[in-house]
Amino acid sequence: MSAPRRPTDPSGLERYYVLTGGRSGPGGSASSLDVATLIVSLAAPVPGMQHEHEDILRRCRDPLSVAELGAHLGLPFNILAVLLTDLLEAGRVEARDPIPAHGAGRGPDLALLEEVLSGLERL
Amino acid sequence: MDLKGFDHPGRPGGSGPRSVKVMIAGGFGTGKTTMVRSVSDIKPLTTEETLTQASADVDHLIGVADKTETTVSLDFGKISLNDSLMLYLFGTPGQERFWFLWNGLFKGALGAVVLVDTRRLASSFRAIEEMERQNVPFVVALNVFPDSKNYPVEEIRDALDIPENIPVVACDARDRASSRDVLVALIQHLKDRSAVAMESR
Repeated sequence: MSAPRRPTDPSGLERYYVLTGGRSGPGGSASSLDVATLIVSLAAPVPGMQHEHEDILRRCRDPLSVAELGAHLGLPFNILAVLLTDLLEAGRVEARDPIPAHGAGRGPDLALLEEVLSGLERL
Repeated sequence: MDLKGFDHPGRPGGSGPRSVKVMIAGGFGTGKTTMVRSVSDIKPLTTEETLTQASADVDHLIGVADKTETTVSLDFGKISLNDSLMLYLFGTPGQERFWFLWNGLFKGALGAVVLVDTRRLASSFRAIEEMERQNVPFVVALNVFPDSKNYPVEEIRDALDIPENIPVVACDARDRASSRDVLVALIQHLKDRSAVAMESR
């Protein structure tokens, strides 16, 4: 169910601390990241890169949401957001936010809703 | 390397891969995860989000120094609507103590499904209130459990004080087609709202 699963694991926290260099972000360009934001690699991994950065670039050759990345890498959202900020700032990935519900006070556009409907009807 | 989608960088609404998000809300044990599971193309996954109740400090280790940070698990699934459009479904944490987190969760969502267990109507009161408070468009789905009584929909609408313009539908969250129909009802409702908004301009 939706209950919190793991008790806080100190060794996990140490791992996160090392991964992020102690940053707990998300800040800067990643502060707007949503769980449904799609991440797309713009560059191939380069030698000497932090393992997790490399892993993200490899997994996001096809667009993957932040939530899926987190699940696959076993990283909580805010730790992943720090790693993604690095990649965004280096221009190695692109972030595509979910199409929002309200554009300037209006509802989502009808064409999009029609597209969602026809997709659902094919299920 | 596969360069699909790289040719047209751009923000949402442009070409290339796009995503939309729908939240599945409701009280504890109303079938949110069941619905995500039944309708998702992928095996549902869990993502952990550490959320901070107070303002976010940047420089300390998460969860150690600041007691107001809480880790919640969100179960989610996805549906490929077509080659370039993904629908992500997120089940909200059901326990009351997590409701303070909801503001962030609903940002950027198209809308929400509020699941109601007709045997325990009260468990979803709060979810409905939150949708109204946050102005999140939603439909109410009565998850019909095998031992649920067959309440007339209108009786439930009265009991939960749901306005006439909010659709109330019955469903079986375990069933893919039934869950799909709830999502269709939500999108239809969003279309109707858009149409009303257009007329009133």
